[in-house]
This record gives sequence, C-alpha cells and structure tokens, in this order.
Amino acid sequence: MNNTEKRSCSENKISFPIIAEDSICCSAATEAQIIIPGLDQQFVDGTINASAGNLPQVSSKLKWQDIWGTFKARFGVGRMDYTVDPGLYALDNPDNNSPVFVTANYKMSFDYLRRELPGRNAWILVLDTKGINVWCAAGKGTFGTEELVRRIESSGLKKIVSHRKLILPQLGAPGVAAHIVKQISGFKVYYGPIRAQDLPEYLDAGMKTTPQMRIMTFPLKERAVLIPIEVMAALKPFLIITPILFILGGIGGPAGFWANAFNYGLFAVLAFLCAIIAGAVIHPLLLPYLPFRAFSMKGFALGFVATIILLYLRNINLHTGTGRIESLAWILIVPAISSYLAMNFTGCSTYTSLSGVKREMRWALPFQLAAAVCGLATWIGSRLIT
Amino acid sequence: MKNLIYLKNVVTLQLDENKCTGCEMCLEVCPHEVFKMNSSHVVIQNRDACMECGACSRNCPFDAISVESGVGCAAAVINSLLGRDASECGCSIEAGGSSNKQGGCCC
Repeated sequence: MNNTEKRSCSENKISFPIIAEDSICCSAATEAQIIIPGLDQQFVDGTINASAGNLPQVSSKLKWQDIWGTFKARFGVGRMDYTVDPGLYALDNPDNNSPVFVTANYKMSFDYLRRELPGRNAWILVLDTKGINVWCAAGKGTFGTEELVRRIESSGLKKIVSHRKLILPQLGAPGVAAHIVKQISGFKVYYGPIRAQDLPEYLDAGMKTTPQMRIMTFPLKERAVLIPIEVMAALKPFLIITPILFILGGIGGPAGFWANAFNYGLFAVLAFLCAIIAGAVIHPLLLPYLPFRAFSMKGFALGFVATIILLYLRNINLHTGTGRIESLAWILIVPAISSYLAMNFTGCSTYTSLSGVKREMRWALPFQLAAAVCGLATWIGSRLIT
Repeated sequence: MKNLIYLKNVVTLQLDENKCTGCEMCLEVCPHEVFKMNSSHVVIQNRDACMECGACSRNCPFDAISVESGVGCAAAVINSLLGRDASECGCSIEAGGSSNKQGGCCC
C-alpha cells in the first residue's frame, strides 16, 4: 500500500456548506495536500509531469497480471482487497483539455474503464470506494458527492485541467448529487453511459448518450460471469456438510455402515450438489425465461424439477414406506436450498428493488427454513426407522 | 429480455409533480426508463421497473422525487437482520445518505 494513502485530516481543506455535518475530521487544516497515487503499482507504466507533481501514467492495454487479477476476483480470490490507489491517473498523454473520467478504486472497475479507451488521452480520477465497484459503492454512498468533491481538491485537478467537466458512469448517480458537486467544486457532472464499452461512441457524439446507453440490461454474458462467485459462496457450506451427510447416510438402514453410506450418504451429497447447480448455475443462466417474478420461486421451481429428475434416476421404490419418506425428504430439501441460493442472486441482478426483496423474503425465508428443517428431519428419521 | 420486471406494486417511488420543473435530470440518471417527459414536467411511466437505486431523488435539484433507496440484495438484508452491517460484497441495504427517507430494516 502506498503510504501517501495514510492520510489523517490533511486533505480536508474545503468546507462543505451543504453536507457540513457529514464532513468528519478537522476543518482546521489550511492547505489541501495533494495526494498522488503510488507510482509503484503493477499497472503503472510511467509518470507524467503535471502541475500537481509526477502523476502515474497508465495505458488502455491490460497486462496479463490485470487479466489474471480479474479472473481471480471473479472466483472470489482476493476480491475484497483488489484495489488501486485513489487519486488522479493519466491515461496515455492527456493535456489540460483532456476529458476527466471518474471511477471507483476497485481494480476491475478501473481496468474496464481504461480498456475501453484505446487511443484516447484522458485523466482518470479514482475515488476511494474501499475497493467496491461503482454501483455498489454509489448505493453505499462511498462513491458519493463528498468523496468526489474532496478528491477533486486532493488530486489538484483544478490546476491540471482548464475545463470544469467530469464524466461519471451513470451507475454512480445514486451516490452523487450532480447539482451539489457543481455548487461546491464548480465542476459539472456529465453522466456517461452505463457500460464503459459505449464510451468511445459517447465521446465521439460530443458527450451525448443514446437511450440504449442509459438502460441497464442483464444479458446472458453478464449473468454468466457472476456464476463462479455464487458457486464459490455455496461451496463452503457444502464442503462442511458433505462428511456429515455421508456419516448420517451410513447410520441405520438395512445394510452395513459403509454400504449404507455409499448408498444413502452419497446420494444425499449428490442431491445437495444438484440443489447448488440448480440455484447458483441454472438459475442465473435461465433467469429471464423462468416462471414467476420472485427469485425464490424461480429457484424453488428449478429445485423441484431437479429433485424429480434425481429421484427418477435413483429409481426409488415408491411402493415402500421408506422410499416414499426418502422422496418426500428430498422434495423438501433440494428446492429449499436452490430457492435460497436463487434468492441471493437478487444482489447480483440489475433490476430488483429493496422493497421487493424484503417483500419476497418475508415469506420466502421462513418457508425455505421450514422446508429444509422438515426435510432434513424426515431424512434422518427415515434413516433411523429402517 | 430487455424489460426484466421484478415484483409488482412494491416500489416506494414518489414524484411531486408540482415541484418538478422538467429539467429531465431524472430521465438522464434512471437506468430503467421509469420516467417520461410530459409537457411541462416528468411523469412516472413504469413504476414497477424501478429498482429503488435512488439516483433520481439524489440528483433532483428541486427535491421533487422521494424513494426509500437501497440495494435490492437478499444477502444484505439477511446480514442486517443478523446485525452485521455489510455483506461480503460491501453492500449494506441502507443507502449512504439522505434520500428523503432512509431504507431501514424490514420486519
């Protein structure tokens, strides 16, 4: 970590007439200290001499380390600490007329922005969002008015560019009040397109968005890249529960412990795996085509279908009491799990409202819990009575 | 596929048409085309498409829009129920600052 980042109160020179109560720290510091991002960061190619000092220079071309970092983050490895230093960066060779893009200090956000700007000279102002992407940080308020205004000062941007325009991603708008930024800093906020890939077209059109650029969609590709992180999250509890299921499967039943464990225990593990695949893989892929609006219902339906297929393949004898009880257990457990996992995908989706999620959870969560507990109790019971 | 719609009739979005001056800022920041321009002010044309991100209310210079904004994320809601303040992705359900109302905890 770059030590210029260890700031205390020094960067808070400006007063905030409107959001004064939010500005922590002492307002006594007189001169805003210019904070320059670390020049030794892996992706920095060189330096550019600007009035604020030597600023790090980056290119639009990603290196293999960047691509590998993105890949790891998609699988949840080092994802919470995948950051760049906040502050001002030069993309290629900008001058005082070059556009200024604002982004979050999540490395993937920073990379996706510069990747889409080959052959363009620009300034990139990175806000300190604690390594969170623009959309989530805006919702949280860290990609926000206060941080933006403060970062304009601490980066020395006012001396570096002669214009007073900032291009923000539209998805930063929940955190930033454009009219207040203008009022305090003098910079006018232009909300650019949602997707960085539309930036060249946006710039060529004289900073004008088309309606297409402003609508948030959720196409297959965007849903698919989220699958690894969903599966990884589900895998941890799965690995804990696997040996337990295996042992429980071995207890009771007609044959010896190991025969039972491989029969019932292994099937239980397989059933859990199916529930995860239904809820965390198939659900994101088929999201727009599944029936019902509530995610938990979509997941439940998928889990139900998966159970039926699973039981069919297992060729359970439904004429015996134990066969019926075992089937009932899985019809309760598997859909409950896939329903829960599908419900958690609301956080990744681009169109669920908090009110809606709360409404859904109010009945779905107790239902999932009850089904899972009843199902598990039924299964354990079926292991013991035979 | 473009118009994925979540649950109906749950959204808390409110527009005060008397305060609206028709500056169209909300049209610019809304990611789901919830508003459209009428002759002199905006109207809500697609309420159920609203995801309560709060971009419109925060960027309205005339305070004409209110919404209980927050992140529509089940994991974040569960975390807040459990008393943890943020999920792994760092999202907390309450939006950072002042929309007109805070999206607080449910139940």
